[in-house]
This record gives sequence, C-alpha cells and structure tokens, in this order.
Amino acid sequence: MDASLFGRFRTATDYVRDWSTWRDLPETRRAFLRWVEGADDLDIEERYAALRGDGIRRRWGQLLLTVSLERGHRSYDLRHEDDADRSTDELTTHDDPLDARHLATEDDDGRYRPLKTAPTLRTGWVFPDLSGEEVVEAIDYFYPATVANWHREREGALDVTHWRETAERQTGIYDVVDELSGEQVEWLAQSCCVDSQCLKRRMWDEEEGAELDVPRGEGAFPCREPCSLVVAAARKWTTLEREEAREYTFTLTPSEKEQVEDLVDAVADGRVGEIREADVYEGANRYRARYLRAKRFDDEGNLSGVPTDDEEAD
Amino acid sequence: MSQALVIVAHGSHLNPDSSTPTFDHADTIRAAGAFDEVREAFWKEEPSFREVLRTVESEEVFVVPLFISEGYFTEQVIPRELRLDGWDVAEWDSDGTDASHVTLTAADVEKTVHYCGPVGTHDAMSDVIVQRAQSVTGDPDVGEGFGLAVVGHGTERNENSAKAIHYHAERIRESGRFAEVEALFMDEDPEVDDVAEFFESDDVVVVPLFVADGFHTQEDIPEDMGLTDDYRTGYDVPATVDGTDIWYAGAVGTEALMADVILERAADAGADVRDAISRVRAETGGAVGD
Repeated sequence: MDASLFGRFRTATDYVRDWSTWRDLPETRRAFLRWVEGADDLDIEERYAALRGDGIRRRWGQLLLTVSLERGHRSYDLRHEDDADRSTDELTTHDDPLDARHLATEDDDGRYRPLKTAPTLRTGWVFPDLSGEEVVEAIDYFYPATVANWHREREGALDVTHWRETAERQTGIYDVVDELSGEQVEWLAQSCCVDSQCLKRRMWDEEEGAELDVPRGEGAFPCREPCSLVVAAARKWTTLEREEAREYTFTLTPSEKEQVEDLVDAVADGRVGEIREADVYEGANRYRARYLRAKRFDDEGNLSGVPTDDEEAD
Repeated sequence: MSQALVIVAHGSHLNPDSSTPTFDHADTIRAAGAFDEVREAFWKEEPSFREVLRTVESEEVFVVPLFISEGYFTEQVIPRELRLDGWDVAEWDSDGTDASHVTLTAADVEKTVHYCGPVGTHDAMSDVIVQRAQSVTGDPDVGEGFGLAVVGHGTERNENSAKAIHYHAERIRESGRFAEVEALFMDEDPEVDDVAEFFESDDVVVVPLFVADGFHTQEDIPEDMGLTDDYRTGYDVPATVDGTDIWYAGAVGTEALMADVILERAADAGADVRDAISRVRAETGGAVGD
C-alpha cells in the first residue's frame, strides 16, 4: 500500500473510530471528553496525529489530563499539573477512580481540605491509564459537580443562585446570614471566593443585577451558588458584624503598627509557614511576633494594656 | 431503566473522618453491583445536596439519608436542598420512626427521585446494633449475662431524636437476647454518665447510635462514662467502672453491616437490590434479620 493510500485509509478508519467512540456516551460526558481533546477545534487528521504522538493535554483546576491513543483506544493520564514533567515512575500510581476521594482529602502538608476546589491539591500521584468513563469519575471525586456545571454553562443553562436567594433559604443556625449588607457580601466573596482560595469561577452575585466588584476568577468551571463553607463563614461574620465599633487608644511605634499589618497580611495570604525561622526582617516572623507580645501585651493578653471591654477596666 | 443510589450524610468542615463511614458503605454497595451508580453527598462537603443529582446519569435515583433520626435534616434540609418538588412531610405519615419513602421529582434535573427515610429508624438498624455488640466483644453469641446500652444524643429540640433510640432498645429487649437493654442519652435523662447504675449485669455493651466517630463518640461519651479522664490517653475495652465492665463500641455507623440498612431503605422504595442485600449481608457478617 503506498503512503497516500495508507493515509487515506487511516483517516477513514479514524472517522469510524471517532464516531464509535462518542455515539453511546451520555451527553455531559461526551461533551467533556470531546472538549479535552479539542474535538470541536481541531480537524480529525490533526487531532488523531496528536493523539498518536504526545497526546493532547488539558488543565482542569490543578488537574492535568493527557489523552492519547494506545493500541487503538483512548487512554487518559490524570495527574497534578505540577507533576507534568515527572515520569510515572516517580509518582504513586493509581488505577481506581475512587482513589481520588482519598487523594483529595488532605493537602501536601497533611492538612484536611474541606473545600475540594481549593488550590491545595496534593501532588505526587498519577492515574496513568484511565478510560474515558473512569477519568470523568475520578475528576468528579477531585472536583465534584464541576463537569456537570461546566456543561450546563456551555449549553447556556447554568442555574445560578445568587447570594440573597441562598441566604434567605437558610434555616436553623444559618437563618441569620441574610442580615449581611451588600458591602459585607463583597468582603465575604473577597475573603473566600477569589482564585487564591478557590478555583471555581464565581457566577453568583449579591442578586440578579447587583454584581459584586470582586473578580470572578479565571477558572474553567463555574461556581453557581455560595457553597457551605461560604454560608458557614457568613454565619460567623454576621454575628461579628452585630457588634458596634468603638474607639481604642493603643501606643505603638510606626514599625509596630506596620508589623500588625504584616501579621494580618501573612495570615490572610497563608504565608506564615513560608517565613524563615531567623528572618526577623519579616513582620510576621515568629520571634518578631513574640517580641511584640512580650513588649506590648499585659499579663491578660491585652494589646498595650487596653482592656477589650470597659468592665475589665473596673 | 438505570438506577442510582445517592447516600446523603452530614460531613464536616473540620473533621476528615466524618465522611469515612459514608464512603466505606458506598464502596460495599458498589462492590455488590446493585446500582448503575453510587454517589455520596454531604451537607458540609462536596458534592453538596444541592448539586449531587446532576452528577448522576441514571433516570431513577434512590436517596438514602445516613442520619439517625427523623427531624430537621430529613424533613427540611435534605428535601429543600435537593429541590424535591411537592415535598410534604405529611406524606411520610410518620410518628417519628415510620418514614419509609416518597417518590418525587427534583426541580433542576429530569429524574425520578425516591426519597427514603433515614437509616437510623429502619428495623434492620437493630441488627446493626447487635452486630456492633458482637464486634466489640469478639463474641458472635454475646447476650447472656450482658447488658446493652443504646446511647443517643438526645435533644429537647427534636423529640424524634430520642424515639429512634427507644425504638431499637425496645426491639432488642423484646428479642430477649440480652439480659437487660436500656436507652441512655448524652443530653437528657437517663444520662449515659451513670451507665453502671442502670444495669445489674457485670458486663455492659455501650453502643452509641451515631453515624460517624467524632467529638461526641470519641471524647464526650468516654469521659462522661468515666472510661478515661482524658480521651487522648485512650481507654480499655472493656474498662471497669463502679465494678461493671463497660464494653464501649464507638459509633454504630462505622459497623460494616450499615451498608445493608442503606440497601434495605432503597429496597423498600422499590429498588431491585435483593441479590445485593444477600451479598452484603454475607460479606459484612449480617446473618441476622428476616
């Protein structure tokens, strides 16, 4: 068979293979797997050449999917994007999609991840050879419901529930969260819903027509409603916001004032663990903080000896 | 028609072990092959109740709450968050332990949803409590000369919370297997603190009717009963308190046979799972029951 005839034969075979690959899949899974390999963007010859070569890569949150053709069938490699260039031998290998549940539970430091789409997915593992069905199942354990909501969004059918509606629906201990003002909802979204904290792209606002200023994020998959962590945080903010502000007088040097600001920034940005033991030039360094406490806190832990409540002064 | 099982549980923002029993029982049921899909959903974890139905592909979904009693979660939170159209608690026609199932549709998906009563009030739960007693004593015939305490949270806000505890205590008492059976509570009388006072037997198995091990079952109850002064130092099984040997079992929800109760709930709602029930019982040690 000459080369051009072989090429035409292979292209024809690829058309048949492509058709049989997708024909019986449920709609959401088919749309996602076709998107993974760029089926709507690449022509079939180009796509199959890539699948036979190094494969086609897609990022999904912190996940990296690589689809390739192995022995005529699609094989999906799923791993953390930070492990993109590591060989499979260097990673712990998995073949059961259900393992994703356990891989998603803790971060690299062994801390519990209550929010699955936090950008803290642990590294060091790989699913080297999953089927299309299995890779979607694994992804749904790493990032639950993201494929379903992504598909709805692509179809123009994402059912967004805005803050006010979610807040007003709450009962029990969360009944109070509808007290938050629009400005406080901005701060809430700023604290929990930006890319540094969650990889979903926020599509909800305070309410329809009342958009929040906080950036929505760059994520591939949408967030269609405030999640349970946001609602639980909102409950705490609601009770804290019931307090009236009052004036305190503290005595601090200019550097100490800036240190307090550094401390808040370091905690808010999750940088405390990165500050080196002996780097006393950092305001949030532990020794710096201990010096400030030794100098400015009284025996009851009051900053500058100023009691929190008036009664304590009596 | 393809059928899915969705197990709905509380979950936790703070404790990674809260969801462990849910995942374990789901795995047992998956292995039994009764459903085309098995999915877990949580109030505090993901997928949320709100979004779980869209993650399953089957047209018919059986939703089983991994909760102990009927009340706030089974009657308000779960149906609301699943967007079950036309939900009305009256359709369960329950006095606190009778909820079986109701068939509805959900507003955001085109599926038939069979919403079941909680596992904690199913008759098969009595078997799990007994199985738990067998597990903790290591004696498949445990009963003679032993007392059994079924322990609940108890709360004045939800009278059904105590009903489930009394219900199973009464059923096990009637079976005559144990010398004595008592229902005890953390937050109301009779209190678990004085467990030895309620029994004449020298050995008492204490089984908390909780879904997962956590603060209450690992810290509160062992300390309240006097098994230990500090839960961090652990406790013996059995531990002697006021001359009585207390065999503390930990949360009943961690017992493998719980998977059977989940299947029983789905079967009551019309799921075709009878073969799977036999397999799960054989695998998890649940030879008892009808």
